[in-house]
Amino acid sequence: MTAGPGFGRLDRRVWLLAPALVVLTLAFLWPVGWLLSRAFTQPQPGLGNFVQLVRNPGYLQVLGNTFLISAIVTPICVIIGFPVAHAMTHSGPRIRRTLIFVVLIPFWTSLLVRSFATVILLGRNGPVNGLLEAVGLTSEPVPLLYNLFGVLAGAVQVLLPFVIFPLHAVMLRIDPTLLPAAMTLGARPIRAFVSVYLPLTLPGLITGATLVFISMLGYYVTPALLGGPRQTMVAQVIQDQIAQFGNWGIAGALSLTLIAATGVLLFAVHATVGFRASVR
Amino acid sequence: MKSSGLSVWRSLRGAICLLVALYLIAPLTIVVIISFSGAPFLQFPPPSFSLRWYDNLFTDAAWGDALQVSLSILLPSACGATILGTAAAYAIVRGRVPGADFLYAVLMMPIIVPSIITAAALFGLYRLFDLNGTLTGLIIAHVVLTTPYVVATVAAALRTLDPRLEAAAATLGARPVASFRHVTLPLLAPAILSGFLFAAVACFDELIVSMFVSTARTRPISVQMWSNIRGDVDPTIAAIASLSFAFALLALLGSLFFTRRPEVDRSA
Amino acid sequence: MTASQTSAPVLELAGVQKNFGNHAAVRGVDLRIEKEEFLTFLGPSGSGKTTTLMMIAGLEQPDAGDIILAGRPIARLPAYDRDIGMVFQHYALFPHMSVKRNVAFPLQMRGVKAAEIAHRVANILHLVGLDGLEQRLPRQLSGGQQQRVALARALVYNPSLLLMDEPLGALDKKLRDQLQREIKRLHRDQRITILYVTHDQEEALTMSDRIAVFNRGSIEQIGTAAELYERPATRFVAEFVGEMNFLPAKIVDQTDGETCLDVAGASMTAARAHNFAAGDRVVAAVRPERLTLSDSRPGLSGQIVDAIFLGNATRYIVRLQDGTDCSVLQAVGGAAETGSLEPGQNVTLAWDKRHVMLFAAS
Repeated sequence: MTAGPGFGRLDRRVWLLAPALVVLTLAFLWPVGWLLSRAFTQPQPGLGNFVQLVRNPGYLQVLGNTFLISAIVTPICVIIGFPVAHAMTHSGPRIRRTLIFVVLIPFWTSLLVRSFATVILLGRNGPVNGLLEAVGLTSEPVPLLYNLFGVLAGAVQVLLPFVIFPLHAVMLRIDPTLLPAAMTLGARPIRAFVSVYLPLTLPGLITGATLVFISMLGYYVTPALLGGPRQTMVAQVIQDQIAQFGNWGIAGALSLTLIAATGVLLFAVHATVGFRASVR
Repeated sequence: MKSSGLSVWRSLRGAICLLVALYLIAPLTIVVIISFSGAPFLQFPPPSFSLRWYDNLFTDAAWGDALQVSLSILLPSACGATILGTAAAYAIVRGRVPGADFLYAVLMMPIIVPSIITAAALFGLYRLFDLNGTLTGLIIAHVVLTTPYVVATVAAALRTLDPRLEAAAATLGARPVASFRHVTLPLLAPAILSGFLFAAVACFDELIVSMFVSTARTRPISVQMWSNIRGDVDPTIAAIASLSFAFALLALLGSLFFTRRPEVDRSA
Repeated sequence: MTASQTSAPVLELAGVQKNFGNHAAVRGVDLRIEKEEFLTFLGPSGSGKTTTLMMIAGLEQPDAGDIILAGRPIARLPAYDRDIGMVFQHYALFPHMSVKRNVAFPLQMRGVKAAEIAHRVANILHLVGLDGLEQRLPRQLSGGQQQRVALARALVYNPSLLLMDEPLGALDKKLRDQLQREIKRLHRDQRITILYVTHDQEEALTMSDRIAVFNRGSIEQIGTAAELYERPATRFVAEFVGEMNFLPAKIVDQTDGETCLDVAGASMTAARAHNFAAGDRVVAAVRPERLTLSDSRPGLSGQIVDAIFLGNATRYIVRLQDGTDCSVLQAVGGAAETGSLEPGQNVTLAWDKRHVMLFAAS
């Protein structure tokens, strides 16, 4: 039953959407569309840029790198994030509030600040190496930066909330009497967990994993600051192509590839879990 | 129903949570400590303590100018995002709009699309209108980037707001504007405030789009930090990082405070 | 109890219709509510009573028909321009406002001056028995108190018509009974015109001057409680209001004063029914308390299947020869003739032909 004082076929309140949509169209949709179209128009009309992307091993490697790194980061975040989300859901109010606060911090703090902090943390003379040597695990500084480890360390820190919060939201809605019921029916705790609880968390898992993967695909700061040349990702190449070479065509092509991958993934998730879940 | 398996899981879970918490907080703590270092390089633990880097932040021309730029665009961007976002959220949730889900997705696009793309796109657009390196350009960019957060926050709160309250207000003689002012707005205020705070923080911290759209003369502090990190690094960076962190922390605490709700105990 | 018929009605509905997609929620409703009347919309969920109420309130727009309030056509007016007050099922009190501010709200919307607002709010709160609670917030009040605030808020500006949408549904029985009495008292003392919606027929019967029974989007009958109970116009009303036995029967003959029926093999009479002919299959409807039991006199024969002691009465379930179960309510005094009956005993049922209604067999 709908209740609303607005009359007429189109609610007057629709006009409230106008300012946001206008700004969005002029300052986002149009320029992004323009950028993507450069892929087909510069330096010459046609698919030349895409041919280059496929032919040039450098571009291919970067693209492959990008997807690879994202694919590695995602399960790491999921595995680490699951217990945290579980603790968040099933602990007392105090612990839950603390956990939520702690996990919210990466959300609210600057990516740059955290990456910089990670640089200090993992440096050759930094505290982690110092700790490892002090404990006797190593005899000389381990290179933790400017390699894959550095990128992962930095990225996981930033992306954990994207897994933890969707999982937490889904876990909150799981009927707390299901597990006890399964156990009275004869399932041992682990079996009950795997057969009953885990499947019910799947929507949250999928949402979280998708968010992590998609975000990581487009990251610039983390690989630029914490990775070495072999960890170069698409965002850095796009920046180079524009800032150094003015090569809008390639930049557009790479951007289109990135957006296409994101779009396909989101569509797949929408088909299984629902769009609002994947976007929120 | 407690078994040894359950307590093993519990310990494991607790250990992971502790490690994660440390992992998330330790780096920032270290940065804060270094910002008070007496030495001109990033050494941890610092050999001595001093406030000189904070001082440097405000006296050095490059840092000072950048800070000024950031502060100038902060309020207009956050306010712009909040107004646009709140209006849009209200229209989508309460107005009977065809294709509301689709429009919502469109509104969310600036945070789904990787910011490198938005950055390049805006850079290209601004070249046409000579907006690169202007405060206006920066403000527009930040409004575009942060409005989705406001929309999401306010829309979520609106969905939990009983529409019958607005119906009741109407039967009591309140015209739509009065109804919004006296009933909807006060109840929505925590979410709006929270969205505003997040937009402000996101604006202050935003790097990539700002990087493309700035020039050497007009750049926000995040871009200044970035160029500094790649060059010769001194703890001034740690100082601004700490300030940024403090700002974010305050905003987060404020947001949590405004949106607090009664708790449900689900310990199991 | 009923208001003077010479004054204009407070509310008139003419041919009001509402469709949701291709579902006809309200089909052509006509009715009048007189001044100071207490009219109840009664019906199961989905019958259209709430939708009709919403159209009167202005929260839904009718697809066709007129709504006239105190002589003014209001069908095209938005809710905030109509002179009505409404009490919602879950109170809809503004959670961020105190009791005082909630009640003052409509006066504020009408531009009443502060001093007068304070005066009228104090008055109405006293009237509903909430003195001393002005500064409380809704969440600090009990369900009954919240409902009274909702009432006060809807009445403080003296609307022409007070609408109440199942206001007592969320309360427990004792509180409901108490509030029912208070609402009736307010209705009498303050001479308010009330339109009340409920699915609880007991509530409707005790509180209303007249009741409009809704079913599948239209009104099957409007009348006083007695009229609906004693002379239901349709089978639905007969079934919905009070308890009713429906016995399959066949018309044998129609004479001047009465109709002869074959009911479960027995020959019974009912008052003359005009729309049936000999040979028609019908349903004989008779209230449980209108059936008398005996062990000897002629009538419907059956066997007692169950006897339920109710204190001031006993309910007997009697199975007739054609397998139909019949409910008989025997007041304590009525046992004089038969004594206490046990399951298994054979009995005959008799009725006074004036208390039987005939409906078409569906």
